[in-house]
Amino acid sequence: MTTGSDEGSTKRPPPITASRGRHAPDADQAPSRLTPKGEALSVLLPDVLTKYEVEIGADIDEVVCHAPASHIDAIAGILKSDERTSFKYLRLLCVVDYEEQEAAFDVVYHLYSLEHQHKMVLKGRVPASDPKLPTVTTVWRGADWYEREMHDLFGVEFLGHPDLRTLILPDGFEGYPGRKSYPLHDYDEF
Amino acid sequence: MTESGITTNVIDKGRGMADMLINMGPQHPATHGVFRMELALDSEMIVDVTPHIGYLHRGSEKLFENEIYSQIITLFDRLDYISNFNNELGLVMAVEKLMDLEVPDRAEYIRVILCELNRIASHLVFIGTFALDMGALTPSLYNFRDREKILALFEATSGARMMHNFFRVGGIKQDVIADFPARVTTLLGELEAGIDEADKMLSLGEVFVERTRGIGVIDGDVALDWGLSGATLRASGVPYDVRIEEPYSVYDRFDFGVPVGSAGDCWDRYYLRVLEARESIKIIRQALQQMEPGPVQAKVRAIARPPKGEVYVHAENPRGDFGVYLVSEGAESPYRLKVRPPSFCNLMALRDLLIGHYIADSVVILGSLDIVLGEVDR
Repeated sequence: MTTGSDEGSTKRPPPITASRGRHAPDADQAPSRLTPKGEALSVLLPDVLTKYEVEIGADIDEVVCHAPASHIDAIAGILKSDERTSFKYLRLLCVVDYEEQEAAFDVVYHLYSLEHQHKMVLKGRVPASDPKLPTVTTVWRGADWYEREMHDLFGVEFLGHPDLRTLILPDGFEGYPGRKSYPLHDYDEF
Repeated sequence: MTESGITTNVIDKGRGMADMLINMGPQHPATHGVFRMELALDSEMIVDVTPHIGYLHRGSEKLFENEIYSQIITLFDRLDYISNFNNELGLVMAVEKLMDLEVPDRAEYIRVILCELNRIASHLVFIGTFALDMGALTPSLYNFRDREKILALFEATSGARMMHNFFRVGGIKQDVIADFPARVTTLLGELEAGIDEADKMLSLGEVFVERTRGIGVIDGDVALDWGLSGATLRASGVPYDVRIEEPYSVYDRFDFGVPVGSAGDCWDRYYLRVLEARESIKIIRQALQQMEPGPVQAKVRAIARPPKGEVYVHAENPRGDFGVYLVSEGAESPYRLKVRPPSFCNLMALRDLLIGHYIADSVVILGSLDIVLGEVDR
């Protein structure tokens, strides 16, 4: 990857990271503005998850719950089955790469409840050196392909997944192209 | 072994009664793109399915992290390439929410009109190709003719039939042409007639009903567990539509219905889309009435630079719940941009839906899910 100078140039800028930005953003941090339902949920969550050490926060209008990755399946199970939360709909499962900054991956679960019409984000952090956490396919069947895709792209292993073969990469592909450390502009001839 | 004309292998993969493996796709007209599935058969009965995706994987999500937001809009056009405007809306809404940006009313109305027209175009393609899957050629010809009228209007508005690149963070690229409302009104009349025509021709046809009623049934709870959305979920009796559930843009200002099925079979999934296209026409008519002259672009920097934070925004695409998860570190490019593609989730349930059906039904069931591989693989 090249890191050309972009001073005074009108050409297409090089890949930009937070540290290389030319201007500061309009605001440093987006302000939090939880809805009443979100407020109620963030009060409720510690009661529902008493057995686990969770940290409840907020990001813009989402309730964010940081949970220990090793118990993520049990926590997800409680969130789904408890009548007060009843998160039966897994909207999205994905991995965010913080390898450079914190040597870790965040596995992010976006949940929604059709009964209570509230939403939350569940986050588990796994070390980049040994990214393993239990599968949630036992809780939501819809996690199946998400986990396979994240296994392909980030090399995160979902313990107990029934069928963790490659899904979207060619068979025998080496490396984890989703990661920040995987070069974007280096090509291998097939 | 029967002489089926397709290359078959006798296999023993420990799949119970399976005595034959048929490979379908990736180059198969009925898979609607480059999708492949291995069907394990007991004579004509499907006993196991292994879907294979990824033939169209372009690494879009990795690319997003290295482009500025205005460039990402062009990439979003290419996700679900049958409903481009709806994709663009998902992205610009995410950035706007992060920046806490107020979008001018006129821009919102134009966005809604274009998105709903795109929904009709997408449903017309679905109805046409779904009929084609069952051997009915005529509806697809009629529907593609009507869709072309919509695309012509898109071309007049944005300059491109399909890859529009028209929505911007904070508004739209430019105001619509002067005779836009008049053209849309004429078009709606033609579309109404076109949808009625397809409906009359197809929906209650005896052969069509025989082939779709009671085929590929999925229960509401199971569908929700799989994460299905859109008409595929509503056909199973779950009234979940993002436009109602978490209204975005100006959808809370319109009076429209969301049709919900009950049987959860292929016929319900098909018919809901016919009804939805009619509801879209209602929305567009109201939007045209409410729309007033004004600016179409909020004041923002040419290169958007949202603050640090995370946001999840979703919209009701023709195929279902289209989500965008945006993680920003305060730079001109996103730190992470993950798309929730509705087709990806809908396709996940395919194995459950197919097992126990005849091989001839596999095409019908796959067609009823209305997948777009550009979005499944990204």
